Amino acid sequence: MDEKIISVKNLVKTYQMGDLEVHALRGIDMDIHRSDFVAIMGKSGSGKSTFMNIIGCLDVPTKGEYLLDGVDVGKMDKNQLAGLRNKKIGFVFQSFNLLSRTSALENVELPLMYNSHITAKEMRDRAMQALSSVGLDSRSHHLPNQLSGGEQQRVAIARALVNDPVVILADEPTGNLDTRTSVEVMDIFQQLNKKGITVVIVTHEPDIAGYTNRNVSFLDGKILKDFRVEKPRIASVELLTIPVIAEEETI
Amino acid sequence: MKLRNQITAALRSLAKNKMRTFLTMLGIIIGVGSVIAMLAIGQGSRESIQAQIANLGTNLLTVFPSASMTGGVRMEAGSSQRLTLEDYKAIPARCPSVMYSTPVVRVSGQLIANGQNWRTSVWGVYPEYFSIRNLTVESGNFFTAAEDKGAAKVCVIGKTVTTNLFGEGADPVGRQIRVNKIPFTVIGTIGPKGQNAFGQDQDDILIAPFTTVQERMMTVTYIQTIMASAVTESMIPQATDEMTEVLKERHHLGPAEEPDFTIRSQADISSAATATSGILTILLASIASISLLVGGIGIMNIMLVSVTERTREIGIRMGVGARGRDVLLQFLIEALMISLLGGMIGVGIGVLTSWIIANVMKWPVAITLSSIILSFVFSTMIGIFFGWYPARKAANLNPIDALRYE
Repeated sequence: MDEKIISVKNLVKTYQMGDLEVHALRGIDMDIHRSDFVAIMGKSGSGKSTFMNIIGCLDVPTKGEYLLDGVDVGKMDKNQLAGLRNKKIGFVFQSFNLLSRTSALENVELPLMYNSHITAKEMRDRAMQALSSVGLDSRSHHLPNQLSGGEQQRVAIARALVNDPVVILADEPTGNLDTRTSVEVMDIFQQLNKKGITVVIVTHEPDIAGYTNRNVSFLDGKILKDFRVEKPRIASVELLTIPVIAEEETI
Repeated sequence: MKLRNQITAALRSLAKNKMRTFLTMLGIIIGVGSVIAMLAIGQGSRESIQAQIANLGTNLLTVFPSASMTGGVRMEAGSSQRLTLEDYKAIPARCPSVMYSTPVVRVSGQLIANGQNWRTSVWGVYPEYFSIRNLTVESGNFFTAAEDKGAAKVCVIGKTVTTNLFGEGADPVGRQIRVNKIPFTVIGTIGPKGQNAFGQDQDDILIAPFTTVQERMMTVTYIQTIMASAVTESMIPQATDEMTEVLKERHHLGPAEEPDFTIRSQADISSAATATSGILTILLASIASISLLVGGIGIMNIMLVSVTERTREIGIRMGVGARGRDVLLQFLIEALMISLLGGMIGVGIGVLTSWIIANVMKWPVAITLSSIILSFVFSTMIGIFFGWYPARKAANLNPIDALRYE
């Protein structure tokens, strides 16, 4: 737990909205270590999404230092950022963001398509492996609209996993899911974390944050609280007690 | 991203929207198809015009003596009597660029046969004349050099003469015609040639051996014109020079002196006709290119809609590591695929259309490889050109905005 995967110092992000300066982040200092499972919490407007975008290399800070896996991200151009997103980061979004009319397998293959060192066969094998690690190997040829919400999110997690990233970033991963499916997804994150994968999720639900090891609360662009969860909830145990509700047909 | 992956991705996304892909392609298909069909029609009519001109005898050269002068009054061209059979005889012997040549005497003749009479022009020529004018035998045969030598009283007549003396569709071979009271035997008829470029009926003619007409009918020693054909159309200037030199020498004229004869060719008619059909081809091709251009705009239109519609997809791709260049290439390849595939189908449609025009409408049509290559290359360039802007637009999207796009 010593190795710093993510290390930010005095991170500042200011947006210019016409004449108005919006201070989204006002100086964040934070380290995330390997195999950590962090929940970032906060109301909307607290800056948590901006923070996620910056550590996800989708955006660059106005000021401050950001080291991802020991690499200084601050000085990188757009193409280098794209390379980092491809090789070091796995994203999971609230709205799944799968390509429609594209099979689960092809969706999972997508990040590998942008990695020019991988052969077609390797691509297929790794995608299948990622799908089976989220328990979806039997549904690899289904299209997103043939999958339930939970299954779609699992495909998205498999896509995040497939490139062997140093960290998985999930932005409200359970935001569109019902209780049981949310717990299922958290179970998957817990399984992955147990295997040593670093996971950072953004959520506004304290329940969900309870499954992680560390909670960080944001308020008005600053860190309000940062504490370790003494006894995280264990999703696999809770799943036994939550009744299975027949999943709604997706239209 | 590897190019092969790019192509796979482009094909996948085109396959996802088959109807839209097809409709976009349709513009290019129609464009390429019509360019090929139009060029084929243009080329076909050009070839057919050239064939007709060749049939007229475009490598035809005619030597006229210059106008005679009577007390300071100049008469019409060809009125002098300075060309002789000896002048003519020097030409086949000394002009290698001349293929065939013949002396020509012409007289107006009143023909009487079968209780009918008809006035027409009587030509006295060597058998070479038939080759010079590309005349074909319809019935019987043409006279020979031996018949000419013997001043045989035989003749070959055109369709108009046949019709007026013997009636429509009659075969006059073997019949007698009295020409200015001299009896001639018809030994052949000429295949119909119709009107010439000046509206003269080329079938209203009676052709007899030169010697017969010159000695028996006209009793003169001069000849009126010399007709000759150059070996090829391109050798007309050379043939003209050779004939000028020979005739000047025979008329004891120095190289600097004005010749007392004129040599005319039909090369200008031929080049005018070729130029006309060339303009026609360009016209047809440019109309067709406009439809190709419209097809290209169609591609741009659809690609722009597609970029907007797929903003989210672009965001996802960028999120998982696609660089601007990857997105640019993806959309460019999609546009290229549409135009390439459309181009290929268009070539097929164009060839098919040309074939239908040739076989059903009986138009002369000639598909050239260059027209296929031209339209194919053009359609590909249109794909790149009109695909560039939407692709650029997609590549410049900000990944965060694209991911949030609803």
